[in-house]
Amino acid sequence: MSIGVPAGAAPGRVAFYNDPKVRSIAYQIALCAIIAFLVYGAVDNAVVNMRRAHITSGLGFWNNTAGFDISQTLIRYDSQTSTYGRAFWVGLLNTLLVAGLGIVFATIIGFIVGIGRLSKNWLVARACGGYVETIRNIPLLLQLLFWYNGVLKALPDVRDSYNLPLHIFLNNRGLMMPNPVGHGGEDAMWLLALAGLAAAIAFRFWARRRQEATGRQAPVFLVGLGFVLVPALIYVLIAGFPYTFDIPQRGRFNLTGGISLAPEFVALLLGLSIYTAAFIAEVVRAGILAVSRGQSEAAYALGLKPGVTLRLIVLPQAMRVIIPPLTSQYLNLTKNSTLAVAIGYPDLVQIFTGTVLNQTGQAVEVVAITMAVYLTISLVTSLAMNVYNARMALVER
Amino acid sequence: MKRIASTVALVAVVFACHAALAQGTLQKVKDRGVLNCGANGQLAGFGMPDAQGQWTGMDVDVCRAIAAAIFNDVSKIKFVPLSAKDRFTALQSGEVDVLVRNTTWTSSRDSSLGIMFTGVDYYDGQGFMVRKSLKVNSALELNGASVCVQQGTTTELNLADYFRSHNMQLKSVTFATSDEAIKAYDAGRCDAYTTDASGLYAERLKLANADDHIVLPEIISKEPLGPSVRQGDDQWFTVVKWVLFAMLDAEEFNITSKNVNQMMTSTAPEIKRFVGTEGSYGEQLGLTKDWAVRIVKLVGNYGEVFDRNVGAGSPLKIDRGLNKLWTKGGIMYAPPVR
Repeated sequence: MSIGVPAGAAPGRVAFYNDPKVRSIAYQIALCAIIAFLVYGAVDNAVVNMRRAHITSGLGFWNNTAGFDISQTLIRYDSQTSTYGRAFWVGLLNTLLVAGLGIVFATIIGFIVGIGRLSKNWLVARACGGYVETIRNIPLLLQLLFWYNGVLKALPDVRDSYNLPLHIFLNNRGLMMPNPVGHGGEDAMWLLALAGLAAAIAFRFWARRRQEATGRQAPVFLVGLGFVLVPALIYVLIAGFPYTFDIPQRGRFNLTGGISLAPEFVALLLGLSIYTAAFIAEVVRAGILAVSRGQSEAAYALGLKPGVTLRLIVLPQAMRVIIPPLTSQYLNLTKNSTLAVAIGYPDLVQIFTGTVLNQTGQAVEVVAITMAVYLTISLVTSLAMNVYNARMALVER
Repeated sequence: MKRIASTVALVAVVFACHAALAQGTLQKVKDRGVLNCGANGQLAGFGMPDAQGQWTGMDVDVCRAIAAAIFNDVSKIKFVPLSAKDRFTALQSGEVDVLVRNTTWTSSRDSSLGIMFTGVDYYDGQGFMVRKSLKVNSALELNGASVCVQQGTTTELNLADYFRSHNMQLKSVTFATSDEAIKAYDAGRCDAYTTDASGLYAERLKLANADDHIVLPEIISKEPLGPSVRQGDDQWFTVVKWVLFAMLDAEEFNITSKNVNQMMTSTAPEIKRFVGTEGSYGEQLGLTKDWAVRIVKLVGNYGEVFDRNVGAGSPLKIDRGLNKLWTKGGIMYAPPVR
């Protein structure tokens, strides 16, 4: 029998306005109401002011003809018939392209440099350290301008392009390559390659299972490559290569035909990748140093070489520490891609918040849409990284 | 209780400020003592600070004329350099009182942007500049060429229209500012550079070798450049409109900054009305009686402004062409002061 509250008695009754739970709910409702009122007030103020100043508002401009040309588009775009909405999608795809490729290259370079900085080789370690310290401390805009002007000035004029093998031309208007034009048979070839890829993945699962059961390894990479390439090659040998190439040819001003990689795109990609790689290198180095020394010592005691230890033991544990700051760097890279404005690459900010805003005059709507787009891209990226992070977490009892 | 009282006071202040905003721009400029002027900042002959940091150019002088009419002092101006992208937002939001930045007068700008154009201070047209070594003699030969252009301008739209209507293929390269565009053109990134014809002559001065480039003869569009103000303020609109007309009327009457003092004693009726010795036309506008004299004395008439900035007295040496007075064969015409 315990002293104090008899079993079954209710907790002491207080007036409802003194109940902590009721109070906290009331405060939260009041705070939400105040924030909602402020937001409504700000939006209403803006709408009233714009109406008073006779500035058009609303999203009617989306379906108006754009009228301006865009130099690089991943989808079809025509200055006379495409709308502002289409220009938005062109800009968005350009941004996603440069951000996606930038993330891939920055990660690769960043991991190499980060691991290199921890190398026992004095020259490699110091070189990587020098790279990180220099690149981190110079503003990105200056680096972009350097790459753009450096790339432009180093390359020859279009009339004296460098002739590379395979009909590839390099000049200060870009890298011009033959454009593959399919005529009919290429779908079958790609289907065979995709089927081979699926077979390769299935083989990998089977090999993993066999390794866990019996310990015997299988050459997954080579066999997978064979699955992908061999059927497609056999098809090509029988049916002939389904592509002809549209070769860039000397026109009066430019090389006509073929596809080209503009110097703006290359400069932006180089600048963004190299800049972000310096930050990623430090994140990787921190992650590797965070894994306790005992792990690598135990691995060496078992006879594993340093390279294998790094790949199989240290890095997987380091990923837990690396992924959260790595997410931040990816988001930084995506947002930094808006500096494309300075070098003339037509990304979302340049097309939408630049030209479309100026032609329609609707600053509030255009900037709000752009902000919403970048917010969405960033949220999706960090969601994906958080999912990956959760999978990498140590499963504890 | 104290917190509620202070919140109520804050809200009341906010509403009071809202009422104060209903004042006209002319009164606000007079109270502030400074005229905020939107200018280019990068275009020689129209709006650019010179080597000593003094702003010079046709648009700059029009702004100085407005300040002269209001304050009798051309130093009471703040020039705000604006790119093609943010010029309209600056005017819409009130950051500048008047935008004199070689802006083309178009119907969409006059209506949907919430601004109004007060007149034309330069009749221009769009042209192309190419390297002489390309041996191009006409814009119709530019099929497949790369063209550098500034984004957010009527130039960009006219370029696409022109190439499309002549079935020519265009590769346009757009930049945020005209400086970047001209640098890329000089570096060989594109074959041609396009902007208003006056701008072509101005930008050619920035090139490494101005003689290696020629301006093609075609003028592919109408580009009437003029000052603009916000909609909804009729008095300010009238003031800015008539400052420009005063400069044109002064040239028509042959009143220059050198002889304006003698002209004040003239007996010709139209000159007496212009200089303010007869009638109260200045006060009707909200300015002073000698508003036109202030403009001519401190800045000059239209002809002087043209010559010194873009004409024979400047490195650009642009012919007056359409910008001559209507009495001399051009289309510059101002209504009378009476």
